Amino acid sequence: MTAIASGAPGRTGRRAVAPDTRDRVLPWLALPALLFFVVFGVVPLVGVLALSFTTWDGIGDITFTGPASWREVLADPQLPHGLWVTFQVMALSWLVQTPASILLGTFLAGHQRYRAVLAVIFFIPLLLSSAAIAVAYQALLDPNFGLGAGLGVDLLVQDWLGEPHLAMGVIVFIVSWQFIPFHALIYQGGVRQIPRSMYEAAQLDGAGRVRQFFSITLPQLKYTIITSSTLMVVGSVTFFDLIFVLTQGGPGDATRVLALDMYKRGFQANLMGPASVIAVIIVLTGLGLALLLRRIGGASNPAASQLDGA
Amino acid sequence: MEIRTTTRRTFLGLSLTLPLGAALTACGSDGPSPSSGGGGGKPTATIWYLTGQPAEGVRKASAERFNKANPDAAVKVTLFENDAYKTKIKTAIGAGQAPTLIFGWGGGTLRSYVQAGQVDDLTPWLDENPQIKDKLLESTFSAGVIDDKVYGLPTDRIQPIVLFYNKRVFDKVGVEPPQTWGDVLDLVPKFNAAGVAPFSLAGQSRWTNMMWLEFLFDRIGGPEVFQAVYDGEKNAWSHPDAIKALTEVQKLVKMNAFVKGFSSIVADQDADQALLFTDKAAMMLHGSWTYGSMKSNGGDFVTGGHLGYMNFPPVDGGKGDPSNTFGNPAQYLSIYSKATPEQKEIAKRYLASLVTDEEAKAWIDVGSLPVLKGTESLLAQSPDADFLKFTYDIANNAKHFGQSWDQALSPTAAEVLLDNIAKLFQLSISPQQFAENMNQVIGK
Repeated sequence: MTAIASGAPGRTGRRAVAPDTRDRVLPWLALPALLFFVVFGVVPLVGVLALSFTTWDGIGDITFTGPASWREVLADPQLPHGLWVTFQVMALSWLVQTPASILLGTFLAGHQRYRAVLAVIFFIPLLLSSAAIAVAYQALLDPNFGLGAGLGVDLLVQDWLGEPHLAMGVIVFIVSWQFIPFHALIYQGGVRQIPRSMYEAAQLDGAGRVRQFFSITLPQLKYTIITSSTLMVVGSVTFFDLIFVLTQGGPGDATRVLALDMYKRGFQANLMGPASVIAVIIVLTGLGLALLLRRIGGASNPAASQLDGA
Repeated sequence: MEIRTTTRRTFLGLSLTLPLGAALTACGSDGPSPSSGGGGGKPTATIWYLTGQPAEGVRKASAERFNKANPDAAVKVTLFENDAYKTKIKTAIGAGQAPTLIFGWGGGTLRSYVQAGQVDDLTPWLDENPQIKDKLLESTFSAGVIDDKVYGLPTDRIQPIVLFYNKRVFDKVGVEPPQTWGDVLDLVPKFNAAGVAPFSLAGQSRWTNMMWLEFLFDRIGGPEVFQAVYDGEKNAWSHPDAIKALTEVQKLVKMNAFVKGFSSIVADQDADQALLFTDKAAMMLHGSWTYGSMKSNGGDFVTGGHLGYMNFPPVDGGKGDPSNTFGNPAQYLSIYSKATPEQKEIAKRYLASLVTDEEAKAWIDVGSLPVLKGTESLLAQSPDADFLKFTYDIANNAKHFGQSWDQALSPTAAEVLLDNIAKLFQLSISPQQFAENMNQVIGK
């Protein structure tokens, strides 16, 4: 900022090389990222906010109608339902993914070769696109031509995507199946950062593996858990593609998450105003949750996070 | 010093131009812009069609034929998957990036284009070229006409919805095809007892369920019931005949008339057709367009004469004419109003090239009924002559050829309709609730 104020690039350039003013040039390095963020993040965000105060069918003229769309969406019972479904997907997939990822990450943190091979295999689901995964699962779960019918296992012949609770369960399962590898990778890194001396000390004190896990690994992973949970939670607010292909929000509107509701209003029902309102609500929800997790993570105490994994 | 400054300036310049450049190219590559020429500098009109055989092949072939016959002009075809196309075309029109020729199904969607001034009125052009209008079947125009003006020229094929049945399964269970709605209700427990699903249905797609409502509304209350909705009459969905039709649908669901797990089956993957031709289901209410794919995917099911078909049976005491039908009277091509005059000229020449016997033959060859007159002799020569004759008679004898509801209504009302239909079939709302929910979006 001081560099801009001084206005003479030649002189600031000279100052920039001086070691004592190195901090002043650092903000410049953030500029490309900042520009990308403004062009692809802030500009559309402002656009969506503006659109939420208009009526537009996506084809004709845009007319300013004030808070009409906001009133319409806030009075619509679909909104609390969408929030509830989104929360369900978020909470359930967090509950499934976090313990599984921690255990898997801890297991993979060793350095044996077989673990490295397993890590590669476990990582495969993350490499597939959500749409492809959804199509594949849809075929597998088909009650007439799917896996259950093919193998002749009656237990697997269920109307997986046609019963509201089953459909929700299937979505949580597939989301977890897809993203556990990613979070396990984060935890693997986290566990490897824990100093060996801690485990050695614990062993001398006679602590078993389980005790070591609960007394050392888990507490030391606190900030990794916060990071991974933030990614999971904020990610599931915008969860769209898998559900769109898999159930289209069905059966009925049992799996109609907010992002899907936004898409349906905007691009299927041609109601860009109300869709923008939902988009703004999604952004606010995501921001709120991210801030909440930061608070829980104790971001106010940077010294603690320095110690983590030191 | 000098070098350092330049580097930073270049760096800044790069960082500035990169995102902007990326943004610009992102827009540019999204849709062929009206002014961009393709095909080696020749003036080019663009058109977006749908993927999916056999129609894809026929449409691509007619564009190639046009390009060969017209060395001074070209049409450039881009293909999209059905559902993706419906979203993409709306977005492209809103962004001013639509192709020269806009493909669609007429009705409410076309009306929204017309109201936004995005498509040209084709009436003057048709008046100048009466031979084009004379060649097209009268009934096919309906959905492309908005306020007595033609905005969409009928093309492709006529696709009524018919009741398909599996003769093998009917023989096995020892029953006859239904003649009335009462027969349908009698058949359901018989097939269930034999372990065969009475009806195949791809319920997740929702418009598949809608076909049942279209016919039951028509057969019970006549076309006037839905016409009242279309005309924006208040509380039109609460008509007693409408409630009766909705109740009949739920009765079917409760009787397990539809295949187990129907609400998780998707029409795009043709699983519903597979249920019919693998003898897992006895009947299927579906568009005539499924004939072609059942023929190509179903082994000897179609060629071996195991596929039966009929118009939807009459409901005892119902007001609708039993000859009435629903479906797509045609597909439609409209001219984008923001295309250049040169592109519009090519587009019109292309449209004229679609109204030929050659084009009709191409459709008949793939088992479809073209929108053109005077094709009886061609139809009779086709290997699919029986089925084509059957759909031809339906299309020509129908007292009322109703357009599919989700196309006839505005996109806003159609989305609410499809949502409520899914819930109706889930039995999660009652017929009365359905009517109430739908009454709220009448005229929207």
